[in-house]
Amino acid sequence: MTSHAVSEGGSDAASADHVHHGNYVKVWAVLVVLLIISVVGAFTGIRWLTLLLAFGIAVIKAYMVAKNFMHVNVERRWVGYLLITCLLFLAILFAGVAPDIMKHQGLHWDNYAAKQAIQAGSQENGKHE
Amino acid sequence: MSAPARSIANLRSVTGIPTARLVTWWVIASEMFIFGGLLASYVMHRLAHPEWAIAASNTNTKAGAFNTFVLLTSSLFAVLAHKAADAEDGKGAAKYLRLTALGGFLFLIVKGFEWTHEIREGFVLASGGFWSFYYTVAGLHALHVLAGAIIMLIFAVDAAKNVNLPRVQCIGLYWHFVDIIWIFLFPLLYIAK
Amino acid sequence: MTTPATGAHAQAGSHGHEPGHHEVSFFHKYLWSTDHKMIAMQYLFTGTALALIGGYLAYVFRMQLAFPGHDVPGYGLVTPNRYNSLVTMHGSIMIFWVAMPVLVAAFGNFLIPLMIGCDDMVFPRINRLSYQVFLVSAIILLASFFVHGGAFGGAWTSYPPLSAKGVYNLTPIGASLWLVAVALEFVAFLLGGINFIVTTMNGRAPGMRMWDIPVVVWMIVIASVLFMASVGPLIAGAVMLFFDQRLGTAFFDPGRGGDPLLWQHLFWFFGHPEVYVVLLPALGMVAEIMAVFARKKLFGYRTILYTTWATGILSFVVWAHHQFIAGIDPRMANVFTITTLLISVPITEMIFVYIATLYGGSIQFTTPMLWALSFVAEFLIGGVTGIFLGASGADIYFHDTYFVVAHFHYTFFPSAIIGMFAGLTFWYPKMFGRMLNETLGKIHFWGTIIAFNVIFIPLFITGAAGDQRRIYNYALFSEQERPGLQHLRELSTIGVIVLLAFQVFFLFNFFWSLRHGERASENPWLSNTLEWTVPSPPPHGNFAELPTVYRGPYEYATPGRKEDYWPQNAPITPIEEGAL
Repeated sequence: MTSHAVSEGGSDAASADHVHHGNYVKVWAVLVVLLIISVVGAFTGIRWLTLLLAFGIAVIKAYMVAKNFMHVNVERRWVGYLLITCLLFLAILFAGVAPDIMKHQGLHWDNYAAKQAIQAGSQENGKHE
Repeated sequence: MSAPARSIANLRSVTGIPTARLVTWWVIASEMFIFGGLLASYVMHRLAHPEWAIAASNTNTKAGAFNTFVLLTSSLFAVLAHKAADAEDGKGAAKYLRLTALGGFLFLIVKGFEWTHEIREGFVLASGGFWSFYYTVAGLHALHVLAGAIIMLIFAVDAAKNVNLPRVQCIGLYWHFVDIIWIFLFPLLYIAK
Repeated sequence: MTTPATGAHAQAGSHGHEPGHHEVSFFHKYLWSTDHKMIAMQYLFTGTALALIGGYLAYVFRMQLAFPGHDVPGYGLVTPNRYNSLVTMHGSIMIFWVAMPVLVAAFGNFLIPLMIGCDDMVFPRINRLSYQVFLVSAIILLASFFVHGGAFGGAWTSYPPLSAKGVYNLTPIGASLWLVAVALEFVAFLLGGINFIVTTMNGRAPGMRMWDIPVVVWMIVIASVLFMASVGPLIAGAVMLFFDQRLGTAFFDPGRGGDPLLWQHLFWFFGHPEVYVVLLPALGMVAEIMAVFARKKLFGYRTILYTTWATGILSFVVWAHHQFIAGIDPRMANVFTITTLLISVPITEMIFVYIATLYGGSIQFTTPMLWALSFVAEFLIGGVTGIFLGASGADIYFHDTYFVVAHFHYTFFPSAIIGMFAGLTFWYPKMFGRMLNETLGKIHFWGTIIAFNVIFIPLFITGAAGDQRRIYNYALFSEQERPGLQHLRELSTIGVIVLLAFQVFFLFNFFWSLRHGERASENPWLSNTLEWTVPSPPPHGNFAELPTVYRGPYEYATPGRKEDYWPQNAPITPIEEGAL
């Protein structure tokens, strides 16, 4: 980190302090098209396609907003690292908790209440279909 | 001393990032953990309870999609506000900030209709696992939309006078973050049913 | 509780250096100030007042354990419900309303702007807001003692369904008030913590590189980062628990599709990094004190930094060692055993670094130094006993016994209490412009340390023998009674009374010295860091002339120099430059 006596920010050409403002309307148009595709995907009825489109497009849209609107790519590098680290720790949270919450049985244990709820639920499902 | 001048510390910038933007990034980081914890809990439960699909089928995908469109558009306005602020166009920045806030309020109105309909159908917070998560996570998000919209209107007052223009970028960053949360909430609650 | 002792700033330094400055009212100076030093005092006094309350609660329940069924003098009869409230509130108060406000908020607020050479935090008004939110949280918590049913009695860990259903915990209103108080406390520390991080990143004096920042500032900043990251999921969990309590949801109710284990995971994902949030500032203060009173450069500054980052990261992957017997998947227990045993390595390494700092130094046994040395000795015991608990096999036996209680008091007490006294005795001259009495300080020190060990060593023994936690009267459970251990339980209680009694020495010393202590010079300890270059106490705005930094904070006994210390802002003269 450089040290400035009293400064208002860096003066690099490609810094987040003086971003190059691209064509935001174009970015917005792409985002809307992606939204439409993901919604259409929801009505195809092909489950794997629906999910792939829904979440794949979500990731792409999030990336586009972060890059084009938030200018993360021209921000100081460590900001991006900070955000990715946050996601990493959330992944650690998920990895440590899911074996107990997401699964309903393991080594020497069973979650009877959850299994019953699924049973009851799928019976109802059967009735609806 | 009710409204002291900025501390000298506030004016320094050893990292090269202006303090206001630096603090915005840290706020976003902390919010990632709050939403992340809630969403991780939801995802774990949803993956483990396929029978929640029945409850989930009652969410209004069209309203959700429209709201996604509203937030995306308001994000566009937010970044246009930033562009105007950078060009020292205070009035333009204020105009775009107010349009962004309007988008936020529109989002909340649509959500109001959605929830009213769902509550009338008998689906309330305590109606079951899916609904508890649905109202909690969407409600937390809606609170953030409301707070963001209000702050934008407050910042717009100064921006119109060409004062405190750097704040426009900062509130924009917060708004884009709230938009990104919704970008993931939409498939989670409305598509992956 | 809201205002610091009125005498505290009676001898505040000059206020006149700010252009256009005017005399401020009592309200603005003491209650509505944005000055980081005043906010520090507010946190300090609130925290120490709550420490006395927390200590009183410990006295009451230990009296019940030593003399079960008898009226406790100064309290009355301890019923089972009251016992649960006492232990719950003791734990909650000590961690959230004593350790954190004193170590992180008070010392962070006071030290950070001074040590990095600026005039205040980057957001002074948010700083003020953070204290106000914190104060509201403390008031809500204390109010819960007086509601129907009394204060929350579901343990500070608040596991559902005990904490979710009033029919189980018998304190339904207290339970919700507790949650609200904790949530507000979290908000206050998020506001404050982010202020600390950004101030340290951006507000440093010219010339102060990352490696010139004093260790205690680093520690408080890293602690703030750890707090910020770990508290998020628990805030989500707290909202869920509140809804379960009040709105009939079933997030944690297994009978209706929820999972109580989820709360445990969310709680401990925060709970474990939280103990490092409390530990790190104390470690930092000990480092500063050791360098000054050994007159020696801190051994391995960068090592300490890297180790601290490693500890911080590791602290996020050990949390389920609190849940070994809660019904988690045993294969995950293996993972968490390994990570928990691993985390002892960096901390041990830091202890070695501190010892290496002392080696070959000119040690001065002042009161702050005694506290710093005792921190290392006592924390060592805490750390070593943690190994037993981190191994899931042994933990199956030790979990929920007094062995755990003794272990965490040997880690928390050094961090929160010894750290607090070390910091207070060291920085008192700077904060209040007077010197504390050394004799009283040493009496207080020895009384506290000996009493502390008298309380907790017997608890290692009773815990290893099988004494369970959170039982209000062993006589009611024949297999728990173990009458042979009663004398140890009584000994522990006597220790509590002696410990509380010795605090009178500190309180007297503190308040008497405010008016009658020897006036403190700018730098009575001959230390290098920037806070010792301004008057004691520092004026509003801190520095008449903002400093420039030329070197790190630990240049003690530099060869070739006449003095054995070298302040960070002392410019390099041409002669010195040539000599070095």
